[in-house]
Amino acid sequence: MQHTLSVLVENKPGVLTRVTALFSRRGFNIDSLAVGVTEDPTLSRITMVVSAADVPLEQITKQLHKLVNVLKINDLDPAEMVDRELVLFKVNAPPDRRHEVIEVTNVFRAKIIDVGKNSLTIEATGTSEKLAAMEDLLRAYGIKEMARTGRIALARGSRES
Amino acid sequence: MTQRITGAEALVKALQAEGVDIMFGYPGGVVLPIYDALYDAEDIKHVLVRHEQGAIHAADGYARATGRPGVALVTSGPGATNTVTGIANAYMDSIPLVVFTGQVATSVIGTDAFQESDITGITMPITKHNYLVKDAAELPEVIKEAFHIATTGRPGPVLIDVPVDVSKGEVDFAYPETVNLPGYKPTYRGHAKQIKQASNLIAKARKPLLYVGGGVIASGAAREVKELAELMQLPVTCTLMGKGAFPEDHHLFIGMPGMHGAKYTNYSITETDLLIGVGVRFDDRVTGKLSAFASKAKVIHVDIDPAEIGKNKPVDVPIVGDARHIVAALVEELRKMDAAPRTDAWMRAIDDWRNRFPLHYSGETGTIMPQRVVQRIDAIANEMGRELIVCTEVGQNQMWAMQFHTCRSPRTWVSSGGLGTMGFGFPASIGAQAGRPDALVVDIAGDGSFQMVSQELATAKVHDLPVKVVILNNGYLGMVRQWQELFYGKRYSQSVLPQDCPDFVKLAEAYGCFGVRAEKPEDVDQALAAAFAYDGPAVVDCRVEAEECVFPMVAPGGSIDEMLGGIPGCPVSEMLDDELLEEVWE
Repeated sequence: MQHTLSVLVENKPGVLTRVTALFSRRGFNIDSLAVGVTEDPTLSRITMVVSAADVPLEQITKQLHKLVNVLKINDLDPAEMVDRELVLFKVNAPPDRRHEVIEVTNVFRAKIIDVGKNSLTIEATGTSEKLAAMEDLLRAYGIKEMARTGRIALARGSRES
Repeated sequence: MTQRITGAEALVKALQAEGVDIMFGYPGGVVLPIYDALYDAEDIKHVLVRHEQGAIHAADGYARATGRPGVALVTSGPGATNTVTGIANAYMDSIPLVVFTGQVATSVIGTDAFQESDITGITMPITKHNYLVKDAAELPEVIKEAFHIATTGRPGPVLIDVPVDVSKGEVDFAYPETVNLPGYKPTYRGHAKQIKQASNLIAKARKPLLYVGGGVIASGAAREVKELAELMQLPVTCTLMGKGAFPEDHHLFIGMPGMHGAKYTNYSITETDLLIGVGVRFDDRVTGKLSAFASKAKVIHVDIDPAEIGKNKPVDVPIVGDARHIVAALVEELRKMDAAPRTDAWMRAIDDWRNRFPLHYSGETGTIMPQRVVQRIDAIANEMGRELIVCTEVGQNQMWAMQFHTCRSPRTWVSSGGLGTMGFGFPASIGAQAGRPDALVVDIAGDGSFQMVSQELATAKVHDLPVKVVILNNGYLGMVRQWQELFYGKRYSQSVLPQDCPDFVKLAEAYGCFGVRAEKPEDVDQALAAAFAYDGPAVVDCRVEAEECVFPMVAPGGSIDEMLGGIPGCPVSEMLDDELLEEVWE
């Protein structure tokens, strides 16, 4: 099962390594990872997507809690969170098919941020499902390159992440 | 009041503020500023070892024997990497160490500079926490935090990497009185509801068993454990790490569990209806096949590390917190409940197994039996009225020491548990002796293990640390040979070490130590007595039965009540028709 972990850590050198090394050491694969400072500049939030059964996941969150630089871990409930990811697609777009690509971009409320002779670069944000659907459609034109930020998420309402 | 001093001076002042009076180390290029500052620190004794591995194991042995954190100082690169095994060893056994490593100057970190190694990266998975100090101003706070983290909660090693320019840099020194670690808040007090629930189970159990480990030693809970055991008449088993947590001459003591535990111990675990684990981690060497381990029991698990609870064995009543607080709370609760012991029939069943399946070894016919050497060490130390601290290496020597040495108090047993580090015992004994100058410190060694670290004889001699190394010399890597005998058709691949190479007596003498050999059973007492009486380090080369095995034994992955060797018995599940047991069952 896929879990979205929101991990609040001290904003210090090496903390990301400690967190990710713990996952690999205990045999977990991280599907996506996004890190950045929070409203408090001394803290960073690491949002991780991991696929794991509940029991091993409990063990790894307990191990994670033992890291001195880790303050808080929240396994976000999918129904009670908002999540987004940003993707850049560089898509084949020869002049005769360019309008089709632009149309797809508009449908997904994405933005064209760079235009080349035979390509368009699209910026899209959304949930993993939306971006997967968009990727699927764009594949028909040929995706030359793709970069994604990894999922970030917060708990809904006034609940803390 | 602050004072402008160098980073190296600040480091020394911080050690003094922490009450460090002894440390173990080895100098090198980038730690010279620190060694220079230590030159004037007359209140800190520095034990110069002959290899950094010796320093880290000695610091570990010191910590185990005294309960205070062990401190080591080594240089960058090879100095630092030579401590890795010892750090991993301390991490596995939850031993508080503060390890200082030198580092190349901050300006050249990352350039593959001479003697550079990324020691914080290397030790990340084997330290409780580690630091790379980038500025001398951080040193006081970092050192304060390191000692705090190493010694509180579940103890463990903390490493501080100090670049040479940080040592040479200047700092306004003021040692902080408190630490600010928002992500580090160990739980000490157990949850009241859980304690109540556990007490109810203990009060009702007919076949309870107290299973105690290193956590009891670390938290200083031996007195509370004894109180609990006596109050409810609970049989007690101590793990390798918990040896000494309960007096082994007590009638409630029922031996060590697991792979080389006594049959009666493992039978008791198999039959118990309530397993009360305190400061233990259900290690595979204890549990054997997990599904068969205490499979009839409800499980109470007390541990300060929440990650240990339910890690290997599902638990009915988890209690996170410090063993001493929690066991004391259990005793209080049980007293309040007026709970009375109900284990009379259960103890008689265990005693019956104990009488039928004791630990034993064959009588001597011209060759020394290693088990008897262990027993004679105890007896002779007793006769001399000396307090005995037993250190061990790893392998058969360790298991025989575990089985046949009667340990009576905490911190008198020093043995590498989790990592199983050969070459640990001798340097650890040096550290233990440094911390406990009045004790008779004996390292029960194998000929293989001792040769990994025998150069530390120089350390023992020069620092006048009169440890006694008793080598159970069988001319093999004994435990490897035993597995080859049992599981690899007696093909002794690379496990043969000639018994007379080196000549351990001459080796001892070369270092100015006392060396003596025991070749026949009748030599043992005299050799041990002479070594123990000698005013200095000594080596006793006991030529023991070469192909003796440690028995009984649970085959790897097997269920713990199915044991090889020892007095023939059968799995406890096939003993159910015993009259005495029926009485317990009712």
